[in-house]
Amino acid sequence: MIACPEKLENYMHDYLDGDISQEHENDMRQHMKSCVNCQRHMNELQHIEQQLMSSHRMHVEVPLGFTQNVMSRLPKPKSRVGAGFWWRKHPLLAAAAIFFIMMSASLLSGMSDSKEFSVSKNNALLVEGSTVTVPENATIKGDLVVKNGDLVVKGKVEGNVTIVNGRYMASTANVTGNIEKIDETFEWLWYSMKDGAKKIFTVE
Amino acid sequence: MDTLIHKRIKQVLKGDQNAYSDIVKSYQQSLYHVCYRILGNQQEAEDVAQEAFVRAYINLHTFDPKRKFSTWLYRIATNLCIDRLRKKKPDYYLDAEVPGTEGLNMYSQVAIEERLPEEEVERMELKDRIHYEINRLPEKYRTVVILKYIEELPLQEISDILDIPLGTVKTRVHRGREALRKQLGDV
Repeated sequence: MIACPEKLENYMHDYLDGDISQEHENDMRQHMKSCVNCQRHMNELQHIEQQLMSSHRMHVEVPLGFTQNVMSRLPKPKSRVGAGFWWRKHPLLAAAAIFFIMMSASLLSGMSDSKEFSVSKNNALLVEGSTVTVPENATIKGDLVVKNGDLVVKGKVEGNVTIVNGRYMASTANVTGNIEKIDETFEWLWYSMKDGAKKIFTVE
Repeated sequence: MDTLIHKRIKQVLKGDQNAYSDIVKSYQQSLYHVCYRILGNQQEAEDVAQEAFVRAYINLHTFDPKRKFSTWLYRIATNLCIDRLRKKKPDYYLDAEVPGTEGLNMYSQVAIEERLPEEEVERMELKDRIHYEINRLPEKYRTVVILKYIEELPLQEISDILDIPLGTVKTRVHRGREALRKQLGDV
């Protein structure tokens, strides 16, 4: 008996998979006409294939409590959904919000008793009622803050000038720093915050 | 179903852990089944299928939503099953090919599960016999045979699940069929 070509077994499987070329199929049929062994081999394979095709899933019941067991084995979530979640995504915004709330709380409580007149302490300043005057020949070194009063600058101020709820009068004024005039609560808050932030950043 | 699953995946990724239970419910039957078929043991199948779901949850952020979720899930599960099988048996000699048999190794000579007495095997109904013989196939053929015939998955999907080339899947189907033919010779 002639030995069967090795490729014939491959052809048989390709045939079962519906994956065979016409040429190979012809070769296979030609060979099998005269080869009992290969005929039997093919019959057995076809039988197996039929059995496999019909041996679909057995019905297997999923064990009770399967889902709950999986859920209890999951690692604890790192974050919760809904409220309170957004701030994890925007830490900068969250920091700003907290900063704003705390600043307003402390500053607004300070606002109530700031209705009275006050001025940065400096011996060179002339104070008449609620009007502060920087005399003609005087030079104020450092920042000058006037609350609930007016400021008249005749001399020099080497620093920033801030007037809260008051007027600023200066004809020949000579202020080296910035001049800020603040009238309302919100602006005062804003100013304080800017000032606070400035201090924080210059310290660092 | 895929749209619903993708919606649930998004919810889980946003931190809604409870949405994951819907995903588990949708796939537990098929995942448990395939684990049971590969491992041949209910207790182990339950353990491995649960582990697969937990791993899928932990790695959900790596899932590519353009691909099929079930394929990804099956891949995790089959990998776990195969690891489990390899740990169960020392494979230093089992992997050696048996001389004179192409692609067959000692696995095919050694029963994966307890081998039944010959008389009992002969008394089996044919469909039980097929399952029994599939369980005795070497692991790499068994996995492919189970996915193709029992889970009825297309060859391309099997190739994706097992992360092996399509040609290798076909070869394993062929070898698996040959091995079954030898095992079932008398039926």
